[in-house]
Amino acid sequence: MSLDKNDFLHLCRLSRLAPDDSVQEEMAQQCSRILAYMDKLAEVDTSGVEPLYSPVFHDCAFREDVAVRRCSRADILAGAPATDGSFFIVPRIVEGK
Amino acid sequence: MSELFELSLCEVRDLIRSGNAGAEDVTRACLGRIEATEPSVRALLARRDEDALEEARRMDRERPADLSDKPLWGVPVTVKDVLALKGMPTTAASKILENFLSPYDALVVERLKRAGAVILGKNNMDEFAMGSTTEHYAFQVTTNPWDASCVPGGSSGGSAASVAACQCFASLGSDTGGSIRQPASLCGCVGIKPTYGRVSRYGLLAYASSFDQVGPLTRTVEDAALVLQVIAGHDERDSTSSPVPVPDYLAAMRGADDLSGITIGLPREFFGHEGLDQGVADACSRAVDAARSLGASVVDVSLPHTEYSIASYYILAAAEASSNLARYDGVRYGHRTADPVNLEDMYTRSRTEGFGPEVQRRILLGSYVLSAGYYDAYYRKAAQVRRLIRQDYLDALASCDMLLAPVSPVPAWRIGHMSDDPLRMYFMDIFTLSLNLAGLPGLSIPAGMSGNLPVGIQLMGRAFDEGRLFLAGDKLTRALGTCNQHAPL
Repeated sequence: MSLDKNDFLHLCRLSRLAPDDSVQEEMAQQCSRILAYMDKLAEVDTSGVEPLYSPVFHDCAFREDVAVRRCSRADILAGAPATDGSFFIVPRIVEGK
Repeated sequence: MSELFELSLCEVRDLIRSGNAGAEDVTRACLGRIEATEPSVRALLARRDEDALEEARRMDRERPADLSDKPLWGVPVTVKDVLALKGMPTTAASKILENFLSPYDALVVERLKRAGAVILGKNNMDEFAMGSTTEHYAFQVTTNPWDASCVPGGSSGGSAASVAACQCFASLGSDTGGSIRQPASLCGCVGIKPTYGRVSRYGLLAYASSFDQVGPLTRTVEDAALVLQVIAGHDERDSTSSPVPVPDYLAAMRGADDLSGITIGLPREFFGHEGLDQGVADACSRAVDAARSLGASVVDVSLPHTEYSIASYYILAAAEASSNLARYDGVRYGHRTADPVNLEDMYTRSRTEGFGPEVQRRILLGSYVLSAGYYDAYYRKAAQVRRLIRQDYLDALASCDMLLAPVSPVPAWRIGHMSDDPLRMYFMDIFTLSLNLAGLPGLSIPAGMSGNLPVGIQLMGRAFDEGRLFLAGDKLTRALGTCNQHAPL
């Protein structure tokens, strides 16, 4: 599979990444080469094979959904780039007053 | 007379228990060793010298009479910087987490502390554990203690380098596609990737959640068994954590005097691999001869889908990475770009500035294989091949007790040698990835030298059969003379 420039830019948008113009072509070529190699899997007959998404050897255990406070609000907010002391602050999303 | 820092973990632990050394003595010895070796090895991203010394002094003052539930009392260790350590930088070697201080401890860190370990610092790694050389870094390159011009392997390269340089007695790493076993092999250490679910992932910064496992790197198999004993076991905070009881690994390791009754399988696809270095092949031969001398039976086995493991792994791991790393958006923690014009601009520029090239590549590939139109051809297909690969292992392990194989096709290579060709670098993982796809345990042990560089082999076993791997690994390293070896620094 080969990625053209538009495909690559679409992937970047999906991934919320914007690599610099100077490296875009090289990155797109590297991704194309890697994806071309991945096409090797087409050689394998997988008809009737159930996908294995997790190798766990047990049924995942359920527990009661009880809220537990493991960190204080202050501890959590301490790592945030911007807060008002109670909440995370981000750029305005809704325009207007 | 060996220096304190050259002893094995179990030896130094016994010395402390018998009162012949204090926790402070041992901690000072390791800190001195770090001072002497760190300028060339650069294995640590963060140190806590003063806090560690203070803890050690307090341990000597307040030492309980009964240390039976403190198996690591006073023993200095380090942890890979992918594990949360409360109040300390936890960066995954990424600029996106450069100033992040963890507000909590990973489960494995809680258990180290509870067992009495003294945590000296955080080890360097490939960014978000994506890499095989510890060159995909935001902050520094770690060198191989056996040859400073060579890589230590990765992604737990800082952990392996610290252990090989005797900066600590054990380090916790993580293994998603070989990231404990391969650096252990390249630095002449012992490293175990436990069965998936054996060790809780709570507090392990996620790369590919259906692959990631935490495990120890040490200088002896006995030390690895002891540390795994401390960190293994069920944790309700990780839904994939197994309820299977944890056996007594040291008892299992000492359960026999030799390897009679054990059948070892040699996967022919690994030994027939065209890129296998002669020095690595020779090390495997020595290990096989030693196993036979110890009474093991050796048989040929086949893992027929081995050649598809790289494609299957890199599709699935990239897909999981693209999802897991979506959380780094500059909102709640980590790097935020300056003066974003709107929310999307903030996400995009924060992530682009914060993630290095290899991480960005894997996120892009993951987005691709998960996108509409390609999901079935790549993601689902790779998961189907994953089941076939696991079945290969189950079939092979039905006719033998464990597999013996090389870890890396080649010994440590020169820094920068492959860093501009990601696909070529992925091929270096050919012998380790498939075990992660299968979710089974693997123990990497040193098996001798190729020139001036150490070479490891791996023993791969059935689910939750780590005890038997320790038994064989202990006997083999003693027979091969590779028990508690360290770099000639």
